[in-house]
Formats: sequence, structure tokens, C-alpha cells
Amino acid sequence: MQQLKQLVLTQPIWLFVIAITIFFSFGSPHFLDVQNFKNILVQTSTIGLIALGMTFVMINGNIDLSVGAVVALSASLAVGLQSEVGILPAVVVALAAGIGLGFVNGMIVWKTGVDAFIVTLGAMIGVRGLVFLYTQEQSFFATNFAYADFGMSAVGPLPTLAIIFLGFAALMHWILTSTIHGRNTYAVGGNREAAINAGIKVGPHMVVNFMIVGFFAALAGVTLSTQMGAATPNLGRDFELWTITAVVLGGTKLAGGSGSVIGTLGGVLAIGILRNGMNLMQVPAFYVLVILGVILIAVLFIDRQVGRKGAQELRT
Amino acid sequence: MATDIKTAADHGAQLKALLAQQGILIAFIVFTIGFAFSSDRFMSADNLMTVLRQAAIIGTIAVGVTVVVIGGNLDLSVGSLLSFATVLVVDLHDKIGPAPAMLVMFVATMGIGAITGFLVGYLRLNSLIVTLGMLSAIQGIVLIYTGGQNVDIREQDGTWFAVFGRGYVFGIATPIVIFLGLAILMEIVLRRTSYGRKVFAVGGNPTAAVFSGINRSRMVFTTYLISAFAVGCAAVIMGSRVMGSQNNVGQGYELLVLAGVILGGTSLLGGSGSVLKTVLGVLILAIIQNALILMGYPYYTQWLVTWVVIILAVWLDVASKRGRLFTTFN
Repeated sequence: MQQLKQLVLTQPIWLFVIAITIFFSFGSPHFLDVQNFKNILVQTSTIGLIALGMTFVMINGNIDLSVGAVVALSASLAVGLQSEVGILPAVVVALAAGIGLGFVNGMIVWKTGVDAFIVTLGAMIGVRGLVFLYTQEQSFFATNFAYADFGMSAVGPLPTLAIIFLGFAALMHWILTSTIHGRNTYAVGGNREAAINAGIKVGPHMVVNFMIVGFFAALAGVTLSTQMGAATPNLGRDFELWTITAVVLGGTKLAGGSGSVIGTLGGVLAIGILRNGMNLMQVPAFYVLVILGVILIAVLFIDRQVGRKGAQELRT
Repeated sequence: MATDIKTAADHGAQLKALLAQQGILIAFIVFTIGFAFSSDRFMSADNLMTVLRQAAIIGTIAVGVTVVVIGGNLDLSVGSLLSFATVLVVDLHDKIGPAPAMLVMFVATMGIGAITGFLVGYLRLNSLIVTLGMLSAIQGIVLIYTGGQNVDIREQDGTWFAVFGRGYVFGIATPIVIFLGLAILMEIVLRRTSYGRKVFAVGGNPTAAVFSGINRSRMVFTTYLISAFAVGCAAVIMGSRVMGSQNNVGQGYELLVLAGVILGGTSLLGGSGSVLKTVLGVLILAIIQNALILMGYPYYTQWLVTWVVIILAVWLDVASKRGRLFTTFN
């Protein structure tokens, strides 16, 4: 009972995930299929991967609005270059582009002192320009079927993309909870001045986290393009909004200093299960937008109420 | 000699202060002159009117968002709200006539603004997340309302509704009149009325504002009403110009609007800013777009330039307040 209360207080989103899982298993006979759960994992892997990196940046007290544009850039590079240089080098270039743009964002945030919201808002607009410049407004198709086959492939019982997502989630959870970098992530977000005074190299630390989210956005671009066997210049529009929604649903605070990969995983799954379940119940996709918006605001409200109660308990 | 040096230093300080305060105006003039030399067609009256006209929709929304930001909050829902308002006014135009359609649209749009204002103002929820949620919810409502279809006005020539997007007032295109009229009105409200002073107070130091007897919740609430009203005005221009509407017509506008507001020097922390500078910010982005196209570059080049311009503008602002170009922490 105590553990359940602890779960509700620290990870309310998982309670919600369990609730909608039960709801949809009654609502649709196909929902509880093993195959459907594989689908949900693959569908959520794109936003999920970006959200892993975004969690670090947001715990830092920063934000990255440019991830959607980076998804488009990396997908275009990975698909566009592979006919000339081969699949693996193309993917490496795509990932390097994401890491490089993360480096640029991070350095600007560190050195200029301009708020990350503004820096990455600029990058969001500018990187989309890079995408259009590189693609000349064309969509690319993967001519080598091995690329699209990868998106459909499975290792044992699990789809490859799901394994990549869950594997990286485990890795990022470990980094956040068990390494110096993870501890510093909380310290910098909780109180930047104190972190500086404690001797943490705050600037390079933030740059690394921007490179991490750049890497994950690029990786999401690659995995998404393997699913489609193609890349379009408008890919990834609104992904930054979905990612932030998932991370906030997972309990990460915008102000920084708190959050967890487990929570983010819950936020990502909540969105994925809602979309999938309502799809199976043949509810038009439009309603999902409304419901997600309402849930996001409701979670924010409940979170604040719970936080207040917690603060009161501490006082007495 | 000594006095000379002192005067030179004074001049330096004055110049610095001028740059810091009127940087956006100077940038505006520099850009305009620069583009005037780079293309013969740029300075023609026709072209300048086209720039103003193209900036009118984003500019009108930016006027409202500036008020919200001065009050210390963000509004990311304006793009979706523009889709909502445009679809509503266009769809109702043929069903109940232009005037009632506009009335219903303004009531509904400001009703949604009131919900956002209630959540942020009275419930004190984080405005970024609330308006992000509203962005999604409103887009969903638009799609449910239209069933995913686009809407249009059938009798396009016979309606006086055309005046807002296609007409002229005293020889000036109506969108420009609406945009600049609303901007001047809001500038006066912010600078010359006690309401305006309270908005600045609430955004600058909420605690001090409450101790001064200002009803913070109500002030924040009203800034969202103003923002929604501005979106309604923009929707009238948009609907009238296109005589139809896609159901995602405003998608992405929230960030373009915010780019103009930020470029105008309004601090995202609240408490400082100016509607007229926002107008200049929006116009600079529009001028860059226009000039690059006149010079023969593809339209997406403007996005790359916007990237650099936004960061440079805010950097200079931050650096002048800090007194040094780069941060010093490791």
C-alpha cells in the first residue's frame, strides 16, 4: 500500500498508463494482442527516442525546440546519401549532423547566455531551411530495400526498433541515476549558481546534453525513415511539441532539477497507447488531439495539487 | 584635452545606450537601406505595401502575443486558434451572413482565450504547457468541426466581407490598416493607461504587483483575452483574403509570431517590451523574406537568415545588459 502510494506520488503517469491499458482491453478485442503491443512500441519509438534526450536537456532547465527539424535533416541525409556512399556511412553522417547541431545549440546557449528556448527556436526555423536547401524540396526514396527491411525487422520476438528504443531507455536511465554526468544533470537544473560554485563545469555539461538530444533526434530521423523507406523535407513537424508533451506528462519539470527516464517512458507510452487504443476503437484521430491537450493540462494541475500537499506534509 | 576625452567617453556611453534601447529600430533602418541598394524593385511603393500586407496577419497576432509576454507568460496556442477562428468565420459566412459570422467567431475565439486565461491566470498553471495543451486541443476541435474538410465561401464577389482582406481604406490596404491600427491602439493602452502599467507590473515583479494591490490573476486573464481578440482580427483578414480556409491554416504561426516578438526585444521573462518594437521585429522578418526573394534566392533562404538574426539580436541585447559579450562561467 505504501509502495502504491509512493508510485502514485512519484510516477502518476504510470497509473494512467495502467488505467488506459485496462480500459482499452475492454474497449477493443484486438488491443491485448501481443502483436499490438509490438506495434505500439514501434510507433512510439520515434518520439520516445527524442524524449530520452529531451529529458536530460529539460532536467538541465533548458529545452530544445529544434528536434523536429533535426529529424527531417537526418532522415534526408540518411536516405539521400546512401545511394552514393552506402547505407552505413550515410547513417553515420546523419547522426553526426544531429550531434553537430546539438553542439552548435549548446555552445550558443553556453557562450552567449541567450535562453535555450530562443536559441533553439531560431535553430528550429534555420535547420528546416538547411533541410530544404539540401533536399531542394524533394522527397527521397531508399533504393536499397535493405534499408526499409531494417525498419520491419525483428530480433527474436521483438521488433528491432523497439529493442533500440528500450535499450537506449535503459542506458539513459542508468546514466541519469548512476553516473556523475547524471548527478550533475540534476545539480545544474536544480540550482545553476550552486552547481558553478560546486565546481561543476556547467557550460560543457550543458553542451554534452544538447549533443545527446541532437543524437537522439537524428537517430529518430533514421529509424523513422527506415519505417517508411523514404524521407520528406516536412518530416518531423510538431515533433518538438509531442516530445515536450511526453516529457512533461512523465513528470519532468520545465524549471529543471527533477524528472526521470522512467517517467518519460510512461509519458511516451501514454500517448502511444491512447492513439493506438482509440484507433482500434475507431475513434477519429481528431479526438486524440483534444484528449491529449486536456490530459496535459490536467496532469499539470494534478501535479501542482499533489506538490502542494507534499509541501504541506513537509511543513507539519 | 581631459574634457575632450570625457566627452568622447560620454558619447561612447550614449551610443551604447542608444544601441541597446533602439537597436531594433537601427537594425530596421540598416536592413531597409541595405536592401534598397541590392534591388531596384525593393524601394518601390508597391513592393513596400506588399511587405506590409504580407506581414499583416502575423503582425496582428504578434501585437496580442506581445501583451501576453509583457505580462510574463507565453501563448503557443495562437496558431491553432487562428485555424479555429478562420475556419469558423468562413464556414458561418454562407450559413448566417458575414456580420453574425464575425460576431460568433469573436465570441467563440475570445471564449477559448478566456479558458486559457483562466488556467494560467487563476489556476496559475505554467503558460508554456497550458498553451501547448490548448494548441493540440484546439487543432483537434477544428478537425472535428470540419470533419477534416477545407471550407470556403461560395459567392466571393458579392460579399462585403471581402473588404477586410482585399479592400482598401483611403487607398491603404485594409489588412495594413487593421494591423497598424491595432498596434497603435495597444501601444497607447500599454503606455498611457493604468491598465498598461499594471500589465508591466505583473510581468516585471508579480509579488510586488500583488502587494501594490493589483489583481494579478485578473490581469493575466485579460492579456489572453487581448491575444485571442488579435487572433480574431487576423482570422478576419485571413478568411477574407483567401475566401476559404484549410483546417490547419495557422499551423506553425505561434513560433513565427514569437520570433517577431523576440526580435522586437520583448523579454520572455516579462515586464518589458513594446508593441511598436514588435511591429518592427515582424517587419524586419518580412523585409528579409521579401528582399531575398527579389534577389532571386529560394524562399527557404529566409529561414537560415532568420536563425542568425534572432540569435544575434537577443545576444546583443543580453550582452549589453551583462556588459560583456560572452558569459564567464565554465
